[in-house]
Amino acid sequence: MTVTQGVLNRRLAGDLDRAFPDFVTEMQGLVFNGARRWLPARQDAEDVTQEVFVKAYRALQSYPEERVVDLALRPWLFTITLNLCRNHARTRGRRPNQVALGRTDAPGPEATEQSAIETVTVDEWRVRLGRLTARQRDTIVLRHVVGLTYDEIAEVVGRPAGTVKSDVHRGLERLRTIMITEETT
Amino acid sequence: MNQDFEIPDSLTAFEPTPDSIKPLVMIRTDLADQYTTVAGPIGDLYVGFTSLGVTSIVPTSDESMFLDVHAGTVGRPAYRAEELPSRLGNLLLQSFDTGKLGKLPVDLRQLSAFQREVLNVTAGIPPGEVRPYGWVAREMGNTGAVRAVGSALGRNPVPIVIPCHRVVRSDGAVGSYAFGPLMKKTLLEHEGMSSELFEPGSLQYVGSDTTDVFCFPTCRNARRIVASHRMVFRTPQRAIDAGYRPCKVCRPG
Repeated sequence: MTVTQGVLNRRLAGDLDRAFPDFVTEMQGLVFNGARRWLPARQDAEDVTQEVFVKAYRALQSYPEERVVDLALRPWLFTITLNLCRNHARTRGRRPNQVALGRTDAPGPEATEQSAIETVTVDEWRVRLGRLTARQRDTIVLRHVVGLTYDEIAEVVGRPAGTVKSDVHRGLERLRTIMITEETT
Repeated sequence: MNQDFEIPDSLTAFEPTPDSIKPLVMIRTDLADQYTTVAGPIGDLYVGFTSLGVTSIVPTSDESMFLDVHAGTVGRPAYRAEELPSRLGNLLLQSFDTGKLGKLPVDLRQLSAFQREVLNVTAGIPPGEVRPYGWVAREMGNTGAVRAVGSALGRNPVPIVIPCHRVVRSDGAVGSYAFGPLMKKTLLEHEGMSSELFEPGSLQYVGSDTTDVFCFPTCRNARRIVASHRMVFRTPQRAIDAGYRPCKVCRPG
């Protein structure tokens, strides 16, 4: 199910408690996959994803209706995500208690195998991305993993879209060099 | 030679989101409840809760029955937990022991102001005593709302700790209960009421000819009246006509 931004904004503004679960469903994959490229361990990415949505909910609760209607949801959510990833070292160790969850569908063996391959792939790329500058890494993830536009990324990182574009471009050049080096060694 | 770098699919590959994230977010924002089983005063119970308090109590040991009732009265998803948070667990046991809500927090966000007020008045009925539906309506200043009171009590999400079992029909019969009249009787007997007190026709008003005060028969003041000074009235009006005034504790009329 895909809900367009405008509709989702109006639903969140009109009945937050009813709309928020759908907002989580729609956005959690993006936030988790962004966090996976920014944080060293998978568990950290899980914790931060959880934290992002808890923070987002509390913020949405406090905003007046007009602000929620006009909110650019994706840049806003990734501003929170990027901040929490940067601060994660400080918030470590305050992990909430895990609860036993009933009625969670266990993935079948094929799904598990498939996601194990993806986990390895993501980890390999996280290491390569780690060799770029923070600006290059953040903008590449926002552009090519999360899929934000250059204008949206400009809003998240607080730099002009043109600068973002050249950060992405230089970062990709560097990744290419890194991969060539990997192949020849 | 200055060819653009082609983005490998593996860079943008999506790792599936762990199933646990959404439920944990829902629980931490109180948009979903957790539940567990505890030993209640007359058998095992399922208890639902959020960080704000107890949200549902269902006297059953059948999990799917609990989930059905919880969905009907609360309407939020519920996830199983190992146990109650210790503070909530202690306050719940205390509530069972004393027969009073006490400091136990309850989360009744989904109810209307009217429903909450019905439960608020009902929470004030002491253990071992009963009041008619009409009394609850009158305490709320809305004597005509007897049926609405009955249906609000029938949908009480937190029975036992909010003692809807202590509200009976105006003739003294126990009346209906969400979990059957038998359980209502069992709860009342557990609180020390003798079964003849809730037979149909049993609700009479009891006065003392030394104080000229009349009460509901289960009021703690009525139970202190010795047989030689005990006067019985069929209606509050008859007591008033005989020069008696209503008790200030049980407020019978």
